[in-house]
Amino acid sequence: MEKLSVKNLDFYFGFTQILKNIQFELKKGEVVSIVGPSGGGKTTLLKLCGGLLDVVEGEITNTFKSSAFAFQDARLLPWKTTIENIMLPLASNDYTQAYEHACTMALKFGLEEGDFKKYPKDLSGGMRQRVSFARALITQPQLLFLDEPFSALDIGLKKDLQNYVLQNCQKTQMSVLFITHDLMEAIRLSDKILLLKSDPGEIIKAYTFDFPKHLRDDEYVFEQTKLLLNDNDILQTFEIKAK
Amino acid sequence: MKTLFKIIKEFPWFLYSGLGSIASILLFLALWDVGNQIYGDLVLPSPKEVLSTMFLLFEDAEFLANLTLTVQRGVLGFLMALGLGTVLGLVAGYFITASVMSRPIVTILVGIPPIAWIVLAMIWFGFGDTTVMFTVVIASFPIIFVGALQGSRTIEGDLKEMMDSFHLGFIQKCKDLYFPHLFSYLFPSWVSALGMSWKIVIMAELLSANDGIGAALAVARSHLDTATALALVTTMIAVLLFVEYIILEPIKKEVESWRN
Repeated sequence: MEKLSVKNLDFYFGFTQILKNIQFELKKGEVVSIVGPSGGGKTTLLKLCGGLLDVVEGEITNTFKSSAFAFQDARLLPWKTTIENIMLPLASNDYTQAYEHACTMALKFGLEEGDFKKYPKDLSGGMRQRVSFARALITQPQLLFLDEPFSALDIGLKKDLQNYVLQNCQKTQMSVLFITHDLMEAIRLSDKILLLKSDPGEIIKAYTFDFPKHLRDDEYVFEQTKLLLNDNDILQTFEIKAK
Repeated sequence: MKTLFKIIKEFPWFLYSGLGSIASILLFLALWDVGNQIYGDLVLPSPKEVLSTMFLLFEDAEFLANLTLTVQRGVLGFLMALGLGTVLGLVAGYFITASVMSRPIVTILVGIPPIAWIVLAMIWFGFGDTTVMFTVVIASFPIIFVGALQGSRTIEGDLKEMMDSFHLGFIQKCKDLYFPHLFSYLFPSWVSALGMSWKIVIMAELLSANDGIGAALAVARSHLDTATALALVTTMIAVLLFVEYIILEPIKKEVESWRN
């Protein structure tokens, strides 16, 4: 079975230790979130898993056939139109076919035909993030890396895109490694939440959520968030002062 | 249909903006004519006379040969500066040490007035083609070099990382990331270097050659033939305007449509 496994991973920038003894496993169809305060090495961990940084100490095995990224900022190519940006990962295929595929994808992600030929500068922040998601999912990746892609979006759009991700997971058994500092977001989407404390980044606790994802309503999320906010490790990691 | 409607809707404004520049050119001609009436034909010939001299010039085989020669020198010098500046600038931008080291040298090169280069080139190469072209190359090279340097220094790591995350190959990275980015820096620098080349080539010819438009300008000066001198100047401007607005502007509009 395809999986991503991280064993004894250490990482340094110069002499500063960023990550210490990271261990976890992500199986097919699973959503694993890594939560922790900003600047705690979450993005570094994600980049190591995605092969954007080289592993020096420890081991990362990724047996998923394909992977894609959605970043915090949309990272669209400014000289390409909406559709051209979406079809970027497909560029080696037949152009017309790729173009049509990208159009269907764009419509699915709530973009309108009037936006297809617009350049990123003419799109709103939310629309750019839609394009970024459409681009990430157009190749139907087996593993999706999400680097806080919802953090700058309004509540409606956030829910919209989260639902797309969940639907995709259900339909294609896609796995997701999700980085966030938002506990509610993590609870809504994940099978497992790993708590990463900072200086140096170390996973100190794992929380498992078995409740089916499509049944998780606001009440469930609030309830679980409340429970987590009473957890001592969470309080310490996020430096929340106890009342 | 939508585009057509947009063009039709914006047409009056386009016409109006065109009218504005035509009006300003006509106003300039009127002032020029006033100058002619005050100072007389010797100091400032009337626009009409200059224009008719220009038409006469274009029937003259010698002038046409001179014009071709000047254009050839300018284009050749510009192309050499373009090749050198682009390649060296990109390479220098790739290495941090090279870009740090080349900065002050380029500042010095930009700071040296072209006239100084002409004098030096006359000493080194004597009268003729080499001097003219050397000056053109050395004066427009730094402009292109700086453009290329900035282009290659400012490639965004974020976008490169994004391309890497989709496992896109080097060729596609060149096509979709490096080339469009570099071009957006290179093209404006090429345009300003071309304008520079055209001005320099005439100045260099005036001082250091026996043929070409610049030399013709020197002859007109020695004959106190103001009408011919002005006709030559007008021709030079016409060539530059033609290249800038008829050839380069549409290209620029097309390749930079993603900006504004």
